[in-house]
Formats: sequence, structure tokens, C-alpha cells
Amino acid sequence: MAHSTLPTILGGKRLPNIWDVIALICVFGGLIALAHSARGTLVPLDALEATAINLDPWSLPDYALRTTLRMFAALAASLLFTFTYAPLAAKSRRAGLIMIPILDILQSVPILGFLTFTIAFFMSLFPGKVMGLELAAIFAIFTSQAWNMAFSFYQSLTTLPGDLEEACRCFRLTAWQRFWRLEVPFAMPGLVWNTMLSMSAGWFFVVASEAITLGDNNWKLPGIGSYVSTALDKRDVGAVAWAILTMLIVILAYDQLLFRPLVAWSAKFRFESTAGAVAGDPWMLRLIRRTHVLRVTGEAVGGVFNRLGGLRIRMPHWRYYRPAAPAKLGDAVFGALVTCGVGYALWAVVVYIAAELSWGDVAETVLLGFVTLLRVALLMVLSSLIWVPIGVWLGLRPAWARRVQPIAQFLAAFPANLLFPPFVIVIVAFHLNTDIFLTPLMVLGTQWYILFNVIAGAAAFPGDLQEAARNFRIGGLLWWRRVMLPGVLPYFITGAITASGGSWNAAIVAEVASWGDDKLAAHGLGSYIAQATDRGAFHQIVLGVVVMSLFVVLCNRFFWRPIYAYTSRRATLS
Amino acid sequence: MIPLLEVHNCRQAYHKDSSADLVVLDNVELTLQEGEIVGLLGRSGSGKSTLLRIVAGLLQPTSGEVLWRGLPLHGPAAGVAMVFQSFALFPWLTVEENVELGLEALGIGRKERANRAEAAIDLIGLGGFESAYPKELSGGMRQRVGLARALVVQPELLLMDEPFSALDVLTAETLRTDLIDLWSERKLPIKSILMVTHNIEEAVLMCDRILVFSSNPGRVASEIRVNFPHPRDRHDPAFRQMVDDIYALMTRRTPTPLVAITSPAAAAGFATPLHPVNTNLLAGLLETIAAAPYVGKADLPALADDLQMELDELFPLGEVLHLLQFAVLEEGDIRLLEAGHAFVDADTDTRKHQFAAALRAHVPLIAAIRRTLDERWNHRAPALRFRDELEDHMSPDYADETLRAVISWGRYGELFSYDEESDQFSLEDIDAPT
Repeated sequence: MAHSTLPTILGGKRLPNIWDVIALICVFGGLIALAHSARGTLVPLDALEATAINLDPWSLPDYALRTTLRMFAALAASLLFTFTYAPLAAKSRRAGLIMIPILDILQSVPILGFLTFTIAFFMSLFPGKVMGLELAAIFAIFTSQAWNMAFSFYQSLTTLPGDLEEACRCFRLTAWQRFWRLEVPFAMPGLVWNTMLSMSAGWFFVVASEAITLGDNNWKLPGIGSYVSTALDKRDVGAVAWAILTMLIVILAYDQLLFRPLVAWSAKFRFESTAGAVAGDPWMLRLIRRTHVLRVTGEAVGGVFNRLGGLRIRMPHWRYYRPAAPAKLGDAVFGALVTCGVGYALWAVVVYIAAELSWGDVAETVLLGFVTLLRVALLMVLSSLIWVPIGVWLGLRPAWARRVQPIAQFLAAFPANLLFPPFVIVIVAFHLNTDIFLTPLMVLGTQWYILFNVIAGAAAFPGDLQEAARNFRIGGLLWWRRVMLPGVLPYFITGAITASGGSWNAAIVAEVASWGDDKLAAHGLGSYIAQATDRGAFHQIVLGVVVMSLFVVLCNRFFWRPIYAYTSRRATLS
Repeated sequence: MIPLLEVHNCRQAYHKDSSADLVVLDNVELTLQEGEIVGLLGRSGSGKSTLLRIVAGLLQPTSGEVLWRGLPLHGPAAGVAMVFQSFALFPWLTVEENVELGLEALGIGRKERANRAEAAIDLIGLGGFESAYPKELSGGMRQRVGLARALVVQPELLLMDEPFSALDVLTAETLRTDLIDLWSERKLPIKSILMVTHNIEEAVLMCDRILVFSSNPGRVASEIRVNFPHPRDRHDPAFRQMVDDIYALMTRRTPTPLVAITSPAAAAGFATPLHPVNTNLLAGLLETIAAAPYVGKADLPALADDLQMELDELFPLGEVLHLLQFAVLEEGDIRLLEAGHAFVDADTDTRKHQFAAALRAHVPLIAAIRRTLDERWNHRAPALRFRDELEDHMSPDYADETLRAVISWGRYGELFSYDEESDQFSLEDIDAPT
């Protein structure tokens, strides 16, 4: 064809259109904003203390931008972590033996409790610079994102389809090629989904980690979180409302501009050989495909990745044959080393806590742990009672489900701690019992996981089973007990696990609240840790975090996991 | 001249801690010359796919020697390409990208890659589908992509692992003839083809030489030369005769292995793997054989044709009937015994009793489970202990299959109940033995 010899830029279809102009403006605007925000990280700490947080609503866009940038910096770190930790754990049997349980524990540890230690660490790295605080905040967000992303990637790597794996070996792809041609694409849908969930968790932590208290020191990084905490100190209701509105806009933008397109795009990598029902592309993806500059850029980036992935880079330890029998001596040495390491760590923790605290303190924290456990359990029951019927009702009506599902996911992403102030104002105004009325804050952000999972489950409930139930005139309680509840059970459990994990974490910020000089605290392990943090009492923090981790891990091991295994065996509709 | 490929004294065994190794392949010899198509024919579990993977360099044999062009093989060799039963296409790559995959691994430049892929795609009849994703294609087209992907690296040896068994009859036939046509016209870059199949007609239709495998452990039972010129005619009497002969060969009872029976469990018959065949199919097969036109005795190829069943589906059924002494398998025929006739004539309840009686008499494992349950005061027994005993004699997969067979037959015969949640056998809901 004659046309194909023309340079593509001159091809008639590639002439710039109005979208290109808009896209260009956006790109340059973004670059300038980035440069502006980055400059702020290298100033000395004193400057930060000098410039107090400004409650003028017009400074909110700037704060929102900085908060968002922290989010994405943490996301980049999480991706880096995912792409190194997970392959290492998956490729080396011995490394996997220790790395996966670590990941599992890290997933259940209340991250907020660690904030104090990481701040001290990063401050010592950059003494007197804002950079230390920034890194500490970013690290806090990172710890809320990285684990489940790495876990999802690891799970994909260990469940690669056998025939594709053989095809890779048979056609002698190098480890590098195999990674980019098989492993990454196969893991993509799960990774994108988990990244989205991680981002939702991240918003919560970014808000919590910007205003940092360490003993007597009190710093506020410019950002929405600091804005809200300043507004709380100054009892400024209007400012709180502005902050909530700003956050709504930010989350809507990131959801629409980034994650809807990403999720739709990742469907391409879904491993199923039949052509499934194709949902419509989100508008942003359509925009990218229609805007020539964006599309050409996208294709160029894709092309570079494609070439990079095709490079014949060899990696060490590339074996064609799988070892027949594991080396026993190596295992023994490895096992001994791990045992020593774990033993030493345990010893260190015990000595550290025992230096200041007695058995009485341990008993107290365990008791407080049970109080918080009771709260979490009650809240799970309550929110299930509310959201399961609503979710089923919505899920069975496709028109409704389509409309409500994005809203539920959106609400799950919204940092619930921004919504605390209205509750606090009411509690303070009416002198309500804090032990009862602070409790709902724990599920404010996490209940939506139950809702949107149940909607998904009810929407996926097979039509023929519904018809059979109607045919036999099954109704009322029997319908719930025998038909619908078992049908949505696996989805519900998935949602409930996420929700309860999130609630434990939220306890640290939800069991204490303040409004100006009024400090509210409920009894519980969360408030114990939060108050210890305020006092800078490191020993108490360690004890509290250890006990809370134990609670979460034990709950997962002895409650959620058996239930999940049972439902996936019994109630999965194939 | 050095043969393309030699396999000497090859043995593949899986190591077991508790007892003897599980032998999948034993003492296998194979030599492949240039210009021939060789078929590995056998039942599932005869180790033929294992042998193919050893030849492909995907699997290291426990012992024995694999020589590729006279040199020992270490891992997948250049010059060997494989076509998979499941196609093994990457769903996120287009047809063209899938085909180019092997070339990319060879480090061939982009331009040449595109040219060679285009040529292979055209050769195999996929022109126009270059930018399609696998999920948009039918099974037949997908396997064509698999073929093009293998051919484009210009291998000397093409390995095919049951390449047509996932396709419907018509599609499979078209693909077979297309491949044989290209081979006979010497349009393919390959020097030899080694294919695994469980379809006897397919083997006779395509191969110059067939190695028939016996099971447990996998051995080459016999070697058959097929000298008919291509294209071959399925209805040619000589062709039919050869198919019949191979059926006879494969149904011939393999003599009981002369290995000394060492453990009491082996003596109790725990060492025989069982396939969980459906009891409805068993009853249906008995009825079919009893009725006209077979009236008690059927020729297996004819029966397979009539029921549109593959060898691999029909054989396990016949073997279970043989085991339960409802029928006998001999020389490619299946003949009903008295118990079989009685079963056909009986009503549902009586059939269950007859089936139960046959199970207790001829399946030692089932008899043992029932005996254990009768002896225990609570009439319960964990399945784990039987699984463990089975695993002393077979791979965990086979032990699992055997146990599934036993559970399903025992339930049908109402000999015992099984609760999956607790993994326990019991006598719940079972009427007391009368």
C-alpha cells in the first residue's frame, strides 16, 4: 500500500484534534505541579514549623495535590516491592518458606501502631529535613498497600497454568522473557484489583499519617490530613466540610481517570479461553484510545515494554530441570538459621517489653484486646444484618446493581477518618457514652466491602436456581436459609474478612477522637495504642501492637480461614 | 547415519519415602530416524506423555540415556518444538505474537520474525487471523496457531501431545489430513514427528511406526510398522484389520507381574489402581452388549464406533466389568458373563444387591472398608487410613482416583456412606446387612 510508506505522524488520521490540546495542557500542568510539590521536601524542618496549616479553602487544592503525590510515591514503592519480593518468594522454595508467613503477618499487623517507630527511623536518616517526615508518611502508606499486592502477585506466580509454563520452557524463553511474557500478564488482573483495594486503604493512612505526634513534638505536613487535624483543633466545622468535599473530588478523579480504565484494560489478561460478556469501556479508556497524542504515547510506552520484555536476558539459577529431591542438609541449615533468628527476635521483644512493664500490663492489654474484639464482632454482625439483605435486594436487580456497585466501591475507597469529626461533634454536644458511640466509626469505611461483595454475589447467582426456587414456591425464611444465603456466602465471607481486618486497624484512630480541647476515648486496645503514642511511651506501644497482631492473626487462623475454606468447598457454585 | 533421537533404557520413577518407588516408565527404548512419523499409543497412565516430555527435555528421566543427534540431552533442545493438547496459547498475545514467541526466544530480529511468522501462518491456513486473540478462535483454529508456533522455529523434530483430542471429530479429521498433506508434499521444515495418542485409528492413519504402551509400569509392549501410502483410506480392509489387531493387542491381559508379593496390603489387592467410572455407564454398557445386534458379545472397535466413544473412555468401563466378573475382555472383544446377564435382567434394587455382592467379592479394598466398619463399635472409619495404605503402592493422584471410585461404587451399592467434610466412611443410612 502506498500510504503505509508515509511517516505515521503525517497520516491523515493522526492530525491533532481538540483532545490533543487538552491532553497537552493536562500533562504540562501535572509536570509543573509535581515540580512545585517536590521542592517543598528539601526545606528544613524549622521552615515547616514556621508555615502553619492554612484553613483557607483555597489552599485545599494544593494540599490535595501533595496528599495525592504521597499516595502515588507510596504506590510506586509498593509496586517495586511487589515485583521483587513476590518473585523471590515464589522462585526460591526456602525463601518462600519464611517470606510468605512474614507477608501474612504483616498483612494483619495494625500499621498505624508502627508509625512512631518509622518516624524515628526516617527522621534519623534525614536529620532536620522535611524529607524524613515525608518518607515516614509515604512509608506508612506503603505499609498499607504493599502486602496484599505482593500476596496477589505471589499467588499468581504459584498458580501459573502448567501448559503455558511448559510451552515457555519448550520454546526456551529466558527467565526474563518468561517473566514478562507469562508471569506478569497472568498476574495482571489480580494485581490491578489489589492495587485498587490498596489505594483505598492508602487514603485512610495518608490522612492519618500527615499530622504526626511524637512525644512532645507535633509536626504537620502540608496535606489534607493535616488540614483536617488543624480544623479539629480549631473547631472549624466549615473547614472540615471543605476537606471532605475536596477528598470526594480527588477520589472521584483518581477512580475515574486511573482505575476504571486500568481494570477494563487488565481484563485483556484474564485467563479464560472463552470470549466472555464484554462490558463497555469506561469513558477514560475511550478517551485515551481516541486522543491521538495519548494513544501514540501509550503505544510507544507499550512498545518499549514489549521490547524490554523480549530481551534475552538470562538470570542466575536458571535450571531446565526441576530438582528431583530437595537438598536435606541445606534445609536443615536453613531451618536452624531461621529458628535462631526467630528465637532471637522473640527474646528481644520480651526483654524490651519486660524492661518497663509487668505481667499486669500484659493482662490489661489482653483484656482491652477482648473489648476491641467484642466491638469488631458486634459491628460485623450489625453491618451484616443491614447490608446483606440490601446487597441481595440490589444484586438481584441488575439495573440497580449496575448503578450502586460503583458507589459502594467508591465509598470503600473514601478515607473514613475524614468523616469522624461530625460524629465527634455530636458526641461532645450531647455528652454521649464514648464506649458505645465511638464504636460505629470503626466500620464506617469498611462496611462497604460487605455491601459490594454481597451485591456481586447476588448478581452472579444462577438464574436457573432462582427459577427452581420460584417453581417450588420457596419463600420467606426458607428462601434465605436454603437458597440465597448459601449462594452469596463465599462473597460475603470475602467481604467480611476485608471489613474485619480494616476495622482492627481503624480501632487505633476510631477509639480516640478529639474536638478542640475535648478528648474522647473509648476503652479498647486501639485507644491504648493511640494514647501510648501520644505520650511517646514506646514500651506500651510495642506491647499493644504485639497483642493486637496476635488477636488479628488468631482471628484469621482460627475463625476466618476455616470458614472461608468451608464455604469455598461447600457453597461455591461452579 | 546418526539417528535423530535415541532413548535407551529409560526409567522414570517418583520417589516415595514410605515404600518402593512408583515406576511410571520402565526400560523404554526408542529410536527415531529422519523422515518418519512415530506414534506412542497407549491408555492414560501408560507413561507415554511422560516419555514425550522426557524427549522434549522438560523432564529428566530417573535413569537412562537420551541422545539428541548423538549427544546427551540437557533440557529443551534447539530443533525440538512441541504442540500441546490444550494448545497452550497465551491469551494476552495475538495469533501473530503467539507464533513469534519461539523466534523471540531465539533472539531473531523483529523484521525477520514478522516475515517468518507470516509465512508459517499462511502455510497453516491462518492468513487473515494475525491480529486475533486466541479466545476469538475456535478450537481447530487455536490448534493451528499451536502448529504454526511450533513450525516457525523450523524444528527438526515436532512433538505432538494428543494434539487433536480436545477437538471435535470433524475438526480433528480436517487438521490431521492438512498436516499429513503438508508432510507428504514436504512443505514442512521438520525431519520427523513424534506424537502421543490414545486414538488407535488416528495412529494408524498418520504414523509410519506405532509403539504400543502397556500400563503399570509403562513399557513398550509392541512395535507396529504401518506401510500404507498416504493418503490412507479408513475403509480399506487392511486398514481395518490393523485397527482390529491393535485393539486385540491392547485388550490382551497383561500377565500378572512376577514381582514377589511382599506386603500384606498388596496381597489384599490394594495395589490395583481403579478408575472412578460412572455406574450408569456400566449399566448402560451391559444393556447395550446384551441387546441386539451384539447379543452378549461385542467387537470393541465396532462397539466404540457405535457408541461414539474413544478408546480411553471405553476401556476403563470394560475393565471394571471384567474386574467385577460381569464380562470378560479378550482379544479385542467383550463378552457378557452370567452375572452380567443377570444384572441386565434385574430391577433397580436387585441390581444394587448384585453390584454390592460383586464389589465385596472382587474389590478387596471395598471388602476391607466394609469389614472395618462392621467391626468398629461406632461404624465409622477415617478415609485417611485407606488413602495412606493406597499411597504405599501408587502415586497420590492414583490413590485419590481409586478412593473416588471406591466411594462412588460403594455408595451406589449401598455398602457404606462417606462424609466428605470429615473424610470418613460410615454405615449411616445403610440398612443393616440381612
